[in-house]
Amino acid sequence: MPIQVLMPALSPTMEKGNLAKWLKKEGEAVKSGDVIAEIETDKATMEVEATDEGTLGKILVPEGTSDVAVNTPIATILADGESAADLDKAPAAASAKTEAKPDAEAKAESAPAQKADAPAAPAAPAVHTEADPEVPEGTEMVTMTVREALRDAMAEEMRRDGDVFVMGEEVAEYQGAYKVTQGLLQEFGARRVIDTPITEHGFAGVGIGAAFAGLKPIVEFMTFNFAMQAIDQIINSAAKTLYMSGGQMGCPIVFRGPNGAAARVAAQHSQDYSAWYSHIPGLKVVAPYTAADAKGLLKAAIRDPNPVIFLENEILYGQSGPVPKLDDHILPIGKARIARPGKDVTLVAWSIGMRYALNAADELAKEGIEAEVIDLRTLRPLDTETVIASVKKTGRAVAVEEGWQQCGVGAEISARIMEQAFDYLDAPVARVSGKDVPMPYAANLEKLALPSVAEVVAAAKAVCYR
Amino acid sequence: MPPAQKTSSKKPSAVSQHTGNGSRSVAALQFTKDQELAALREMLLIRRFEEKAGQLYGMGAIGGFCHLYIGQEAVVVGVQMALKKGDQIITGYRDHGHMLATGMDPNGVMAELTGRRSGYSRGKGGSMHMFSKEKHFYGGHGIVGAQVPLGTGLAFANRYRGNDSVAVAYFGDGAANQGQVYESFNMAELWKLPVIYVIENNRYAMGTAVSRATAQQDFSKRGASFNIPGEQVDGMDVRAVKAATDKAVKWCREGNGPYILEMQTYRYRGHSMSDPAKYRTREEVEKVRHDQDPIEQVRQRLLAMKVGEDELKKIDAEVRAIVNASAEFAQTDPEPDASELYTDVLR
Repeated sequence: MPIQVLMPALSPTMEKGNLAKWLKKEGEAVKSGDVIAEIETDKATMEVEATDEGTLGKILVPEGTSDVAVNTPIATILADGESAADLDKAPAAASAKTEAKPDAEAKAESAPAQKADAPAAPAAPAVHTEADPEVPEGTEMVTMTVREALRDAMAEEMRRDGDVFVMGEEVAEYQGAYKVTQGLLQEFGARRVIDTPITEHGFAGVGIGAAFAGLKPIVEFMTFNFAMQAIDQIINSAAKTLYMSGGQMGCPIVFRGPNGAAARVAAQHSQDYSAWYSHIPGLKVVAPYTAADAKGLLKAAIRDPNPVIFLENEILYGQSGPVPKLDDHILPIGKARIARPGKDVTLVAWSIGMRYALNAADELAKEGIEAEVIDLRTLRPLDTETVIASVKKTGRAVAVEEGWQQCGVGAEISARIMEQAFDYLDAPVARVSGKDVPMPYAANLEKLALPSVAEVVAAAKAVCYR
Repeated sequence: MPPAQKTSSKKPSAVSQHTGNGSRSVAALQFTKDQELAALREMLLIRRFEEKAGQLYGMGAIGGFCHLYIGQEAVVVGVQMALKKGDQIITGYRDHGHMLATGMDPNGVMAELTGRRSGYSRGKGGSMHMFSKEKHFYGGHGIVGAQVPLGTGLAFANRYRGNDSVAVAYFGDGAANQGQVYESFNMAELWKLPVIYVIENNRYAMGTAVSRATAQQDFSKRGASFNIPGEQVDGMDVRAVKAATDKAVKWCREGNGPYILEMQTYRYRGHSMSDPAKYRTREEVEKVRHDQDPIEQVRQRLLAMKVGEDELKKIDAEVRAIVNASAEFAQTDPEPDASELYTDVLR
């Protein structure tokens, strides 16, 4: 049976083309890979290669023909042992195809109608996270800094699982640029606490490769500002590969380090990446405020089989708080915490934003406004449930963040409240955020660029019409 | 057939654009008849598979980008012959040949190309993003150069675990200019990681000839400032590829750190299916095909070993049957169920 050569599509968008030139004549021998014709597409002239061996039997579309639809038979190739007499069989098939063409065109015309009937995307799966486990009554509470809580979380997980290791700049001999990894080298040795060169893109990729191979790396960025060098690996390799591999290739890795503004280090060293990472499906994003949450959530992040972005804050490292003394203090990723109950207005914040929110709540209380303060703790998956339940009670909400407003986490919270609790709102949702400028160096300007307690108080009063 | 670019005493001919005198290249090993036959079968499988993929692309059954490996078959086949089970492979987006060489099922690969549910990534990855944990194939990566630190990480895991597996990270002459490649070289040598960097120099990064894009055209020297040894290899001769890889594997398994192999090869097709390849002449392509084709070299040697044309034709027919079956499978397998949209985002 002679083989038909069809008009090929030579680009993702090509529907038809011009048959510019035949390079083989009828009766000429062809083998796989021989260029037999040239086709002009909307973009360029392309070569058509034979994929079968034999003799060019008949040219069905002469050169110079314009607008030949993709998949139209343009020639036949006779296999070994076939002769021109066999050609009769091919044109029959070809004409059948040609007859089918108007049908195809009709289909193309009705395509928009078909599109309208196209099946709708299935609903996104609902996210629900269980509440924090109960801390048994009588559990001793130990006061420690966020820095110590993070260190203890890593040490406990490294004792528990030999596949967990830490890598990053100055994490070992220097004991951590911000002393978060203090003592780890001494306990776990250089095999598991690894100083890297200053090479963020490279060591992020090395960590991800190690995670593909089944290890559980904790990659410390000296600050998340430098992780921008590595963000391609974080997003394209760590976040997307599970999906792109149909579920085969997991990436159990934690990227952690200080995020956001420190103090007086200006624009390149003072940026909040909360919104950036929380935009990405395939990542989990955690940003704790208290020492207890820092410990419980970092332990959860290390055990999580997915890539987790763990956003710390330099200013919070020295902040102390009570941490339950348990063998295994672990908290669920994806659950917000009501840090202060109230009935008049909901303040939503996370990480250092909680400082503004809690201080503002104190101020507001003096004026008789009882603010409910929600610490999101996790930004992806976002605990919408807790926020919505609160807004249904208070009817008013203020989102607080150090990051920029446009496409920020506050914008997302505001949108979700609008979508899911519109009828409960007594005022538009307000946002308090970093100002829409690169971070200035001058002390007074830096202060102005950041949110303030006064701004949160003003926003809360505004939504309360006070 | 002596590779043209290795005859260093002569002035390079018009088509012998690979630079370097290849003085570090190892002498091509003699293959046994069985090795030649195995190499022929593997290379033919890749070529016929790729021709079929090109055809299916032409019919609209494969969408998006599709980068064919035709011409470069000796590289993956020769490297694979030097590896053992447990060694890991990672590459960029011109990856179909690598997958077939590691023993992945042609049906699963072709069905991924057509975006069907039995594809290796359940239809969610496509041509550039396929993986097989079972075959230690770690992708299939679409961002130029990204696989180099990832492959270095695979080697890191081997070292961490203290096993003797070697990771092979393939990348092209184009990717060799990415910064993360050198970040990886530095760490790999610093930590003595068992990784072979296989630079597939097919002379064009999309449409840019090596000479127009790179200051040091001898890619085997790209690790010099990190003390990584490297050599140029005739990537059109599967025996030379195997011999060089044997040496590199030994180096890595013995704990000496990384090794660089510049495979001098050539792609016959455009960069992707939609590349008209106007940056080179048809004569250039024809000359390489005629003088250096990796499959034809093996065929000629087998004929000289008194293997009959009939036997070779039989192999071709068997390979064609496998490929045709994969094409049939890939066009009849159903598309993924709509419920697959939200699966595999997280574990």
